[in-house]
Amino acid sequence: MKNAEEIFNILKDNFGDAVIALDKDTPTEAVITVDPLKIHLVGEFLRTNEDMMFDSLMCLSGVDDANGKKVKDADGTDIIEGGTLSVYYHLHSVSLKHKITLKVSAPREDAKVESVENVWKCADWHEREAFDLVGIKFLNHPDLRRIMMPYDWEEGSHPLRKDYKNPEFYQGMKVPY
Amino acid sequence: MGLLDKEFSDGNIVIAPVEDLFNWARLSSIWQLGFGLACCAIEMMATSMSHYDFDRFGVIPRNTPRQADAIIISGTVTLKMATRIKRLYEQMPAPKYIISMGSCANCGGPYWEHGYHVLKGIDRVIPVDVYVPGCPPRPEALLEGLLKLQDKIRNESLRKKSA
Ligand code: SF4
Repeated sequence: MKNAEEIFNILKDNFGDAVIALDKDTPTEAVITVDPLKIHLVGEFLRTNEDMMFDSLMCLSGVDDANGKKVKDADGTDIIEGGTLSVYYHLHSVSLKHKITLKVSAPREDAKVESVENVWKCADWHEREAFDLVGIKFLNHPDLRRIMMPYDWEEGSHPLRKDYKNPEFYQGMKVPY
Repeated sequence: MGLLDKEFSDGNIVIAPVEDLFNWARLSSIWQLGFGLACCAIEMMATSMSHYDFDRFGVIPRNTPRQADAIIISGTVTLKMATRIKRLYEQMPAPKYIISMGSCANCGGPYWEHGYHVLKGIDRVIPVDVYVPGCPPRPEALLEGLLKLQDKIRNESLRKKSA
């Protein structure tokens, strides 16, 4: 069993600049921020290293941080420009009984994060969900399609973005109340 | 309901207007499409179970729309599902009836404002005969809805199709 600081230091020794920060001021597990293009390597290390053994990806969530500039678009509604989208990975080691949270942040306009599907198989559908609802593109994902919304939902429209606007119609059905 | 009251007195002869007979047969064996959507479906299943016993009104779940007379829209209709419901409805043979169960199917329910994925009322896609309000409606309410549907069928005319 390792605490967050030890895990952070081991990662820092192995990955250097790809491991960015440790945030211990959280209500649950400490959060380690990682480079979005190195997350699959960090994940593989955490899963296989003998001192880590994070064999269970408990949850993978996409988050719209909404930390960009609020601007008005042509028809007067607020949209967000700039800022980041984040993905959180909640990890648990069944054998060593320790937990940690990883976080990656990518620019909102073109959020690209490496897929961890080949590290933890269960990430497959979680990543599809984060892509579908928040619009994070997972590089090297085997099958990055929408999973909840219909396949013919408007391209590039991701409902859980904070500045999402409902379409007026879907397949001839009126959407607003 | 008077259809078979006196005409039974002797022999095996039953005299009744054919309209009443048809309507009576129809309303006493409403086979519903076995189809549940969200939390309301749990109440619908409870209605089918022994305690409330939908079966005593002749309601049996069928597994194919081709053999169903009624469809109970029991729950949240997402836009994705609405296209499928429309197809199921079109596959049912006439006469066909629809009970809209719960606030979600009636008008969008708790998703009326922020439900980007919810159809705000199934009557935007298919015609509804009976609305059952509630979130979820208790089995008694669904039974009441069924009785209302039976009333509607009882007054139907063969010449003028209403549904
Ligand atoms: S009306 Fe209420 S109980 Fe029924 S499906 Fe909607 S949310 Fe669930």
